[in-house]
Amino acid sequence: MSKNRELPEVNAGSMADIAFLLLIFFLVTTTIETDAGLNRMLPSGSDRADVKEKNLFRVSLNSNDELLVEDELIEIQDLREKAIAFLDNGGIAEGDGYCSYCKGERDAKSSDNPQKAILSLSNTRGTNYGVYVAVQNELVGAYNELRDREALRLYNILYTDLLTAYNTSELLNADKRVLKEQIETVRNLFPQKLSEAEITAN
Amino acid sequence: MSKFAKKKDGELPAVSTASLPDIVFMLLFFFMTVTVMKDSSIMVENTLPNATEIKKLEKKDRVIYIFAGKPTKEYSNVYGTETRIQLNDKFASVEEVGSYILAERAKKPQELQNVLTTALKVDKEANMGLISDIKQELRKVNALKVNYTTFEGDAFNNLQ
Repeated sequence: MSKNRELPEVNAGSMADIAFLLLIFFLVTTTIETDAGLNRMLPSGSDRADVKEKNLFRVSLNSNDELLVEDELIEIQDLREKAIAFLDNGGIAEGDGYCSYCKGERDAKSSDNPQKAILSLSNTRGTNYGVYVAVQNELVGAYNELRDREALRLYNILYTDLLTAYNTSELLNADKRVLKEQIETVRNLFPQKLSEAEITAN
Repeated sequence: MSKFAKKKDGELPAVSTASLPDIVFMLLFFFMTVTVMKDSSIMVENTLPNATEIKKLEKKDRVIYIFAGKPTKEYSNVYGTETRIQLNDKFASVEEVGSYILAERAKKPQELQNVLTTALKVDKEANMGLISDIKQELRKVNALKVNYTTFEGDAFNNLQ
C-alpha cells in the first residue's frame, strides 16, 4: 500500500491570489520616481563684485509676468536667442581676455567675454512661479546650447551627452577622468554665471 | 453509469494556471524595484511647472523636500486658499523652514551633511513672493543648493 503513505501535495492554487495581493499593496503605496529639475545655487551672503554694466544682462519679470530684457519688453520665446547673443558676444579687443571661440557680433557695448558675462534675473513678489521657471529654463538653455556647440567643436560630442555618459556609465577611472576633464573644459569656456538679485519691492 | 462521466475526446484541456504565480511575482518584483515608498502625503496642490534643461536628482538620501501650493480641497476650508508651505506632513510658516532644514540636516549622516540639496516642489500657480521668502530662509541656514523640481516638458506651457 505504498500509495497511502505518500504525502499529500500542498495546494498552490491560492498562491496567485497572495502574490496579487502583494502586488496591489506595492502598487498603491509606492510612486514611480519623477524627481528632476533645475539645479541652482543661491547666493551666499552679500558678496558685491564690481561688474561693468555692459557685462550685465538684466532680465526682470514684473507681476504681470511681462519680461523686460535690457530695458526692452520682449517675449519669453525670444529670450534664449538674446541671451546667447549676449554671452557669445566677445566684445573685448584682441589681447588679454580675448575670446577666440566666440561667434557673436563682437559689439564693444555688450559683454567682454563669456567669463565676465553675468545674467542677472530679478522678479517681483507677484511673479508667477511657472513663468519664473520658464525664464530660468531659457537662461540655462542658452548656456547649454553654447556648451553643446563648443563640446561638438572640441570633442565631437554634445555637452549634454558628455554629462549623461559621465553620470550613467560604469566606466574605468581613467575614462571617467578624461570625461570629467572634457566637461570641465567646456564648462570653463562658458561658465554659468546666473545671479538672482534681491527682489525689488512690488 | 459512472458518477464521473469520462471526458469526451474532443474537449479542450483546461489552460494550466500553474505559472500564474510566477508571472505575478515577476510583476511584483518589477514594481518593488522601480518604485519608492511614499513618505509623505501631499496636502497642497502640486502641479509642477515644465522645463527642458533639467537634471535628475540622483541620490534620494541627499535631498530635503519642501512643498508649496494652495491647500487641496479637503484642507482648504480649514487652511484657506492662500499658497502655503508644507514640511513633512503639516503646514508650516516661512519662519519654520530654517529650523526644519537644520533638523533634517542633523538626521543625515555626517558625510552627507554638506552635499544636501533642497528640492522645491512648488505648484506652478504659486507666486514668487513666497518662494523668495523660502530662499531667504535657506540662505540664512546656508542651504544653498536648491533644485526647482519640474516635470519634463515644453517650458512655454507654463505661460498659459
